[in-house]
Amino acid sequence: MEALGYLLQGFGVLFTFHNLTLMMLGLVLGIFVGVLPGLGGPNGVAILLPLTFAMDPTSAIVMLSCIYWGALFGGAITSILFNIPGEAWSVATTFDGYPMAQQGRAAEALTAAFTSSFIGSLVAVLLITFLAPRVADFALRFGPPEFFAVYLLTFCSFVGLGREAKHKIVISLSLGFLLAGIGMDTVSGQLRMTFGSSELLRGVNFLVAVIGLFGISEILLTMEERLALRGHTASISLRVVWEVWKSLPRYWATLLRSSAIGCWLGITPGGAIAASFMGYNMARRFARDKESFGKGRIEGVFAPETAAHAAGTAALLPMLALGIPGSGTAAILLGGLMVWGLNPGPLLFIEQKDFVWGLIASMYLGNIVGLILVLATVPVFAAVLRVPFAAIAPMIVVSCAIGAFAIQNAMFDIWMMLAFGIIGYVFKKLGYPLAPLTLALVLGSRAEDAFRLTMIGSGGHLGVFWSNPLVGTITTLALVLLFWPLVGRLLEGASRLVARPA
Amino acid sequence: MMDIENETPPAAVLGGAVEDDRPVVRSRSVDLVVSTILLAFAVLMGWDNWRTGASWASDGPEAGYFPFYLSVLLGGASLVAFFSAATRRGTDPGEPEVFVTRDQFRRVLQVLVPTLLYVLLIQVLGLYLASFILVAGFMRVVGRIAWWKSLLTSFIFAGGMFLVFEVAFNVIMPKGPLEAAFGY
Repeated sequence: MEALGYLLQGFGVLFTFHNLTLMMLGLVLGIFVGVLPGLGGPNGVAILLPLTFAMDPTSAIVMLSCIYWGALFGGAITSILFNIPGEAWSVATTFDGYPMAQQGRAAEALTAAFTSSFIGSLVAVLLITFLAPRVADFALRFGPPEFFAVYLLTFCSFVGLGREAKHKIVISLSLGFLLAGIGMDTVSGQLRMTFGSSELLRGVNFLVAVIGLFGISEILLTMEERLALRGHTASISLRVVWEVWKSLPRYWATLLRSSAIGCWLGITPGGAIAASFMGYNMARRFARDKESFGKGRIEGVFAPETAAHAAGTAALLPMLALGIPGSGTAAILLGGLMVWGLNPGPLLFIEQKDFVWGLIASMYLGNIVGLILVLATVPVFAAVLRVPFAAIAPMIVVSCAIGAFAIQNAMFDIWMMLAFGIIGYVFKKLGYPLAPLTLALVLGSRAEDAFRLTMIGSGGHLGVFWSNPLVGTITTLALVLLFWPLVGRLLEGASRLVARPA
Repeated sequence: MMDIENETPPAAVLGGAVEDDRPVVRSRSVDLVVSTILLAFAVLMGWDNWRTGASWASDGPEAGYFPFYLSVLLGGASLVAFFSAATRRGTDPGEPEVFVTRDQFRRVLQVLVPTLLYVLLIQVLGLYLASFILVAGFMRVVGRIAWWKSLLTSFIFAGGMFLVFEVAFNVIMPKGPLEAAFGY
């Protein structure tokens, strides 16, 4: 119960006027960003990151994580009222959410979505509270080989579990690694891949790339699609909230199952999207009347929302405990940590107690306040969608430029951001996943350092990755995940052989 | 492709005229071009890392070792991408058949070209004045929003940004002659 003590201490850090104000500000900004067409969690966090540069790390992370919660809540509004998923993991919410809105049950669907997001996050935060310190504690024993094996696991699971074409995932990953390697080599101090350019000496900054890849490219895509915003309006009355909450206990199995799926897949990198679909499909499989799904069934909102938000929150666990982000947004938050001068990894739990527990406390409070806030202000934020996009688009471009410049005070970075914007646009249209690129950019140098230190230690023998049970298990698991499609097919074939009587 | 911009006044597009769905380019062609560029990039990086030193020194791998093998991986994967795009019939998951139609392309340019001009302007006028011009101009020309609304919105936005970053949060942005005139 040591964690509870720290958690109380975290609430102590949080309950200052300054931090509470920032929390509210973050939530409002987040919902705003989440509601805007084409912007979502990672984009919002990336664009608003520069606001936090001058703050102390704790206030900064409180505000940023609240932007993230706000964006998650806001995404549900567009999915249900306008049938436009803000994020890939909101897609499953539109299956039943939008039909409900069409039937005039928008308020009910929204309440269900917000409530289940809240429940999903809460379960994941509880998991983080009690599990993350243990994981961090365990990881303190990790040496370079173990860390490299965990990085390998992260990257392999992207390749093995990703829905995109495999070669495109590999391209995205290796491109990210190469870009991360530009500049000064951290081990030998030698310059590489700079081609004599003094601007490239600094390397490719991760956040500049992210602002371009997510912010600018989204503007281009949103302009291209010319979203026709024809949505439903809704305001939520207390009676509807009460009705939905009263029905919650009936769906305990769905909520619990989705939370579990979400937590599990959230810790695995890139899992939030899979989690929402899996939550939805499982709810349908276990339901008695499968046909009613997709026609406006409230369970069809509960299941994916709970799973997606449990996953989105659980993705912060490996980031905090190991320094390995489980999602694109977590990767951006991790980039933030480095800007504020923190060194992500298991030591964070020992050296930066105020920071870690302040963040965890803000997850609890941010979710509760966010739930109330979003229930009360749905009509206001739905009206945001009627602001002409021609006014919003240039403002987002300005925010992106400010963000890119502020990181290193370099004009060159604004140009680089623009280039990444175009790359992001082309990649998204061609079905190249951006998450592996982001992850490789932020983890590239750390993974390389871990690999080189391991190789120096072992004298160049790759056998070191199987030298003890711990590292051996992780490495083997990584390889299994890498070839997961093959392994899955083999297992399926084998089970069919067994099932068929000889 | 250059005549696309001149066909109709850009502002009409956002209003909801008839869509021009003729493709500018298909996804497959872009796939081929992108994988070729990636391959070239991989070769360039691989060559540079080879020059830096991609083998083993007495104290472990040299500086170019890790990136060199990643260049090889990138090169290999882009070769696969090239041949799969050249030989396949359909498209990869998440990829549309047509990369961009004429109207879509026009709308993308509507935001890309002003953004480019904006970045150029930042270097001359400083960020805040350039932002004012971008927001007002975009609202007026692309959005066809009334002059006074555009100017007012833009003024409040740029002024607000200045207050937030320069005054409240102390984040320094590129500034130009206007700010200098006010003593910043």
